[in-house]
Amino acid sequence: MRRLAPMLLAALAFLAAACEKKTQPAPSGEGGTQATQQGKPATPGGEAPAGADVILLGQVGALTGGQATFGISTRNGIEMAIKEANAAGGVKGKKLAIRVYDNQSKPEEAAQATTRLITQDKVVLILGDVASSNSLAMAEKAQAAGVPMITPSSTNTTVTQKGDYIFRVCFIDPFQGYVMAKFAREDLKLNKVAVLQDNKSAYSIDLSDVFTRKFTEMGGKVTTTESYSQGDTDYRAQLTAIRKTQPDGIYVPGYYSEVGVIARQAREVGLKVPLMGGDGWDSEKLFELGGSAIQGSYFSNHYSPDNPDPRVQKFIADYKAAYGSVPDALAALGYDAARVALAALERAKDLSGPSVRDAIAQTKDFPGVAGTITLDDKRNAVKSAVVLKVGDGKTEYVTTVNP
Amino acid sequence: MMETPALPVPEARSPIPASLRGIFPVLVALPVLALFQWLLSESPFAVYLLSVMGVNIILAVSLNIVNGMTGQFSIGHAGFMAVGAYISGVLSLNLKEVALSFLPVAASDQVLFTVALLVGGLAAAACGFLVGLPSLRLRGDYLAIVTLGFGEIIRVVVQNTDAFGRALGLSGIPQYSSPYMVYFWVFLVVLVARRIAGSSHGRSLWAIREDEVAAEAMGVDTTGYKVRSFVISSFFAGIAGGLFAHFVPIINPGSFTFVKSMEIVVMVVLGGLGSTTGAIVAAIFLTLLPEGLRSLFNALGTEGTLAQKVDQIRMPIYGLMLVALMLSRPQGLFGMREIWDVLPRWIPRRRRGLS
Repeated sequence: MRRLAPMLLAALAFLAAACEKKTQPAPSGEGGTQATQQGKPATPGGEAPAGADVILLGQVGALTGGQATFGISTRNGIEMAIKEANAAGGVKGKKLAIRVYDNQSKPEEAAQATTRLITQDKVVLILGDVASSNSLAMAEKAQAAGVPMITPSSTNTTVTQKGDYIFRVCFIDPFQGYVMAKFAREDLKLNKVAVLQDNKSAYSIDLSDVFTRKFTEMGGKVTTTESYSQGDTDYRAQLTAIRKTQPDGIYVPGYYSEVGVIARQAREVGLKVPLMGGDGWDSEKLFELGGSAIQGSYFSNHYSPDNPDPRVQKFIADYKAAYGSVPDALAALGYDAARVALAALERAKDLSGPSVRDAIAQTKDFPGVAGTITLDDKRNAVKSAVVLKVGDGKTEYVTTVNP
Repeated sequence: MMETPALPVPEARSPIPASLRGIFPVLVALPVLALFQWLLSESPFAVYLLSVMGVNIILAVSLNIVNGMTGQFSIGHAGFMAVGAYISGVLSLNLKEVALSFLPVAASDQVLFTVALLVGGLAAAACGFLVGLPSLRLRGDYLAIVTLGFGEIIRVVVQNTDAFGRALGLSGIPQYSSPYMVYFWVFLVVLVARRIAGSSHGRSLWAIREDEVAAEAMGVDTTGYKVRSFVISSFFAGIAGGLFAHFVPIINPGSFTFVKSMEIVVMVVLGGLGSTTGAIVAAIFLTLLPEGLRSLFNALGTEGTLAQKVDQIRMPIYGLMLVALMLSRPQGLFGMREIWDVLPRWIPRRRRGLS
């Protein structure tokens, strides 16, 4: 031991001294890095087995675990899109099939299932998960293998930054902040708004930052920014501080579990103004927790079942017939993601990874049930959001805000 | 239960020269692992699955040192794993652009990866020392409660630290890991576990497990031995976490919950408390079972819808099989013994000393 310690120290010093910047130019492009690091070039994966008359797609979703309802809704939406396409004759004259793997809401399982889809099942295209961490894990694997991936509803900005094979059909977090700012300023004509954000969630902070910036740019005034932590139960201190600034509205971009309680306590301390929020509010539980206190508040969302558009109403009727419930936003986005994928497969000149990728990237003005989808050069969907008003046990469609 | 289990004794006479005997297993393992790596180079799914399996083996074997050999009940192993994963992950992430001047880039990456692993392992060992020292002085369930609390603390700390990526997780860690590296550490942890079991240190641990008061009366420094075994176990959990962070594209707090700790405990219990080979077999079995069920269902359900429906009932079946196994063999697969004590004689007795 006595001889070992100086030797270890010397070795450490030597290693430290030998450290230098890597000399080879870092591979440019967002996704290139991964492929080179793994020591093998991005093989053109995703080639359909020759002579097969079925095109196989893959989906990895949280069918069990904490976010199980998200994954199941998404799967139903995707399944419906594929059934419709098969009834209409398939794609390129071939039938479609989908293989769905469960990731137990864990990123390592998501990566494992994705690798399995790519290397064992040789799927042409992968549809991603709802939770952004799981989609990030999948994106890394899909990008390295050169298999295109579309995530229906991961809104975190970093997901599509993983590389040029990764797409999404939903808007990104900052957009919702903009939507609410615009709605508050132009439709509700509010001048002074207070912000109450959840310090524990990147999502909430993102939304409130953008909201504050945009609302101020549009000539409004943010009176104060208070914060809470997910799991808190008493918000009276923050709400009292907010009441002193006499706002016309409060922006609370949190999750339904806290928002319901915040609404009740806001009424208790005498704040009668409407609350506003984002898609984290979208749950049946909101009505239960908020009761009458939450009524008359607004939140932005991906889609509304009350949208009078016939395309949306047909989707809802078909979904009800198949699964017996009103589709939520995740089902709608899953349906859209699958249809964008199928349209791209039809357009692509063959089923290899690069040509499918290019075909997806060309998606423009695609009529989805959750808004018209155009993919920008960052592979994010540029699309409208809807604003919903909370009513008695249900939401009412108010308006659509375009980017 | 009170009888002392048959402990393998290192062979006194062997054909290997005395000077090489200490490192002989290492010399054998290196080329075998290189061959293994070469065979796998074309199959990313096998590589991934085997890496997960290797990490689970390291976790199970290291936990077995505490739960099996020493008889202390630790249920926070995922917490130590998280420490290793995050510390070595953050280190690798920051050293991504750095290389050693005298080595080719690929080699220097591996060197830095090893350094990151060791740092992660040492950090976990330090945490193990801090957690173990006060709680291992006590008897009974205190360790379980303290380790449970520790695991939760780590998770909450990570969730609220920006440098660790908060709830979304840490992504972009360079994926340096390879089956070679993972199985080298598997080999090391097995070697360490077997050497401990065969040494006087191990005998003290068995003594503590069987009767702590008697052991103390015989002059065994129970706290010292318990803390040492706990630190070694935490070190390897940290290493396992570090390896995990370098082949899973994103690590987030959700991967290191109480559920993960329990999974490891299940592996140890299923294999048989105190049996190193039992822990290995159980870890392999429990890692492959879900994927095996997936393959089975895929084969059954060529019709798309069935395969879809069936993936979610995979985990309940996994649970049921576990229940059935534990009911039929409550002492675990191998009890306190090793695989070569259980299987028939055709396993050469000579292999006893070498793991």
